[in-house]
Amino acid sequence: MFKIVKREEMSQGTVVLNEIEAPLIAKKAKPGQFVILKANETGERIPLTMAYTDPERGIIAVIYQVVGKSTALFKTLKVGEGYQDVIGPLGKPTHVEKLGKVVCVGGGTGVAVLHPITRGMKQAGNHVIAIIGARTKDLLILEDFMKSASHELHVCTDDGSYGRHGFVTHALKDILDKEKVDLVVAIGPVPMMKFVSKLTKEYNVHTMVSLNPIMVDGTGMCGGCRVSVGGKNQFACVDGPEFDGHQVDFDELMMRLQAYCEEEKMCHNEFCMLEESWHKK
Amino acid sequence: MSVETTAKEKKQKKSRVQMPEQEPQVRARNFFEVPTGYTPEMAKEEASRCLQCKNPGCVEGCPVGVDIPGFIKLIHEADFTKSIRHIWTMNSLPAVCGRVCPQESQCEGKCILGKKGEPVAIGNLERFAADWERANGTGALPPKAPATGKRVAVVGAGPAGLTVAGDLIQKGHDVTVFEAFHKPGGVLLYGIPEFRLPKEIVAQEVNFLERLGVKVECNSVVGRTVTLDELFEQGYQAIFLGVGAGLPKFMNIPGENLVGILSANEYLTRANLMKAYLFPKVDTPIPRGKDVVVLGGGNVAMDSARTALRLGADRVRLVYRRSREEMPARAAEAHHAEQEGIEFFLLTNPVRYLGNEKGRLVGMECIKMELGEPDASGRRRPIAVKGSEFKLDCDLCIVAVGTGANPLLTSSTPDLKLNKWGYIDTESASGKTMKKGVWAGGDIVTGSATVILAMGAGRIAANSMHAYLMRGW
Repeated sequence: MFKIVKREEMSQGTVVLNEIEAPLIAKKAKPGQFVILKANETGERIPLTMAYTDPERGIIAVIYQVVGKSTALFKTLKVGEGYQDVIGPLGKPTHVEKLGKVVCVGGGTGVAVLHPITRGMKQAGNHVIAIIGARTKDLLILEDFMKSASHELHVCTDDGSYGRHGFVTHALKDILDKEKVDLVVAIGPVPMMKFVSKLTKEYNVHTMVSLNPIMVDGTGMCGGCRVSVGGKNQFACVDGPEFDGHQVDFDELMMRLQAYCEEEKMCHNEFCMLEESWHKK
Repeated sequence: MSVETTAKEKKQKKSRVQMPEQEPQVRARNFFEVPTGYTPEMAKEEASRCLQCKNPGCVEGCPVGVDIPGFIKLIHEADFTKSIRHIWTMNSLPAVCGRVCPQESQCEGKCILGKKGEPVAIGNLERFAADWERANGTGALPPKAPATGKRVAVVGAGPAGLTVAGDLIQKGHDVTVFEAFHKPGGVLLYGIPEFRLPKEIVAQEVNFLERLGVKVECNSVVGRTVTLDELFEQGYQAIFLGVGAGLPKFMNIPGENLVGILSANEYLTRANLMKAYLFPKVDTPIPRGKDVVVLGGGNVAMDSARTALRLGADRVRLVYRRSREEMPARAAEAHHAEQEGIEFFLLTNPVRYLGNEKGRLVGMECIKMELGEPDASGRRRPIAVKGSEFKLDCDLCIVAVGTGANPLLTSSTPDLKLNKWGYIDTESASGKTMKKGVWAGGDIVTGSATVILAMGAGRIAANSMHAYLMRGW
């Protein structure tokens, strides 16, 4: 078992942080890489990009949004309990180098994945501007982390309840209009990454996105995570998870992410009903 | 006429004892094993057909050299306990081999009785001995050589790796198997369906090795979690790589990323390793197509098609570009599939997939093929017949057209020498790679082959590893 040593709820309980004991993975993991977690014997293999690691303590951290049965099951795991299986580190690490000015754009739980990359970009000597966004103030995560990881932080909320009223793309556009940017890193919901990439293409600024398609093994064996990048098939698990945002077919990715939506709904509803009946008891 | 000839003729006249099977209509809708096994009486009866040849062809035909007449004689004498122990000396996975080996082209293909009639059912008897031990046996382990103090790492808990582990633990070495998945078994677990090889049997065979002292480390992606050089630093003195082929091939035709098109690797891994056929009792889903097309003509294609049927498909069609004769699947597998109602669309090749506005598969366009001159594989090359395009409706397509070399491990180990297809170059007589202290075998060397050939490669490597550990490279 891979023990949970720290657990925190954020975003009104819709987002959960787990620090997990996994010394071998912690020793090897680099920003941008992911692990696959499986809660128990009947559990599903869920890929999550690591938010941070601490090799000395032998821990890795993941931050996930509760969206379906498997993440709802993860949420029930308490400190001292753990995951039956954790596999990694998988995928290629982020290529971090000194480029000049880098804008890191994060939405939703994507901010968790963006955070170590932002920090890395800053440490590599870049001037780093961060933009993070959420639907509403209470759903924002890791604002303080992002503030310290960057030189300049812009916060946006869709409903205007905090920071700038509007989408991250609005804030990004203002920056692109004002100054020369060498790289944009965008990590968040697929539509966000799509529109950021669309925008930066107009400005001809290289853009890196991190994808999280459906996968099973995470080692290049199943091909379930294939994405069209520049018209060619790539496996997100071994060729990614990061790709050139200007080359990714986001519409196809969104459709592929819907592959099991019916099954997910059924499974999740059943689980929630069970949970409820336990609580009633 | 001598007495001996009479005896021989008598044995030839006895017909082969058929193993009982579930009825096709019944089994096509469940995941239980298709053949249900011999009773002890049936096994003794079948064993009595063996001529106990002095120079047995069957043993020559076995990639791991099991003393076939020897174990069959013990079954005939009803000494099942001794029989299985006799098999174990040459084969650590008899319950698996008895089920999935292509006996017709190996041991049984060389059986003298097969020249005039039916060969001895060697596979069925091997399966019987292993199953009998599992159900009724003492569990007593075979003898083990005294500990040598040498440490061996085996990468990949599939048929090749498990064979190496079984051989080397019996020779007294300290063996650890590293497996990337969360459970050991490799293709026996994720690839071969429950109805051909119950997963409980795989678990038992692995458990047998663990009882012998083999350590199994799951969730270890060698190349990522730990590298080969780090394993050497940790004190392993010899490493065997049996990581399998494991890179799915696709058709590379338009529309292949529509929802509803899966590699056989993904489909079977969901069904077998993740047990998605029990969804929603387990959390991993699997698409349940009503109208399913499987592309390919090998055993994996047959397994996929039969799985789709068991998952509730109304219709399953197998599209293969050559004719029945060139089909690489075992005759028995193709026969089982047809019995269950799988339709074969031979000399047919898909041209493009058709989808709806939601990006879901609704059909495919195919073209008829005819056979031309033989190609490099010796099989006649299929050529498209112009103007013969037609449409097939389907809501699920499983692509089972083979696998390539998975570069995950090899790309992180630059000093391994690879061939142009990305498979590991080895010295065939020993399984030695170009990296000192490292051997390889199975699909990562040969490309997709069979369980028993991987086991044969494991045997060769294990012998060479043992020699190295005791005497040097």
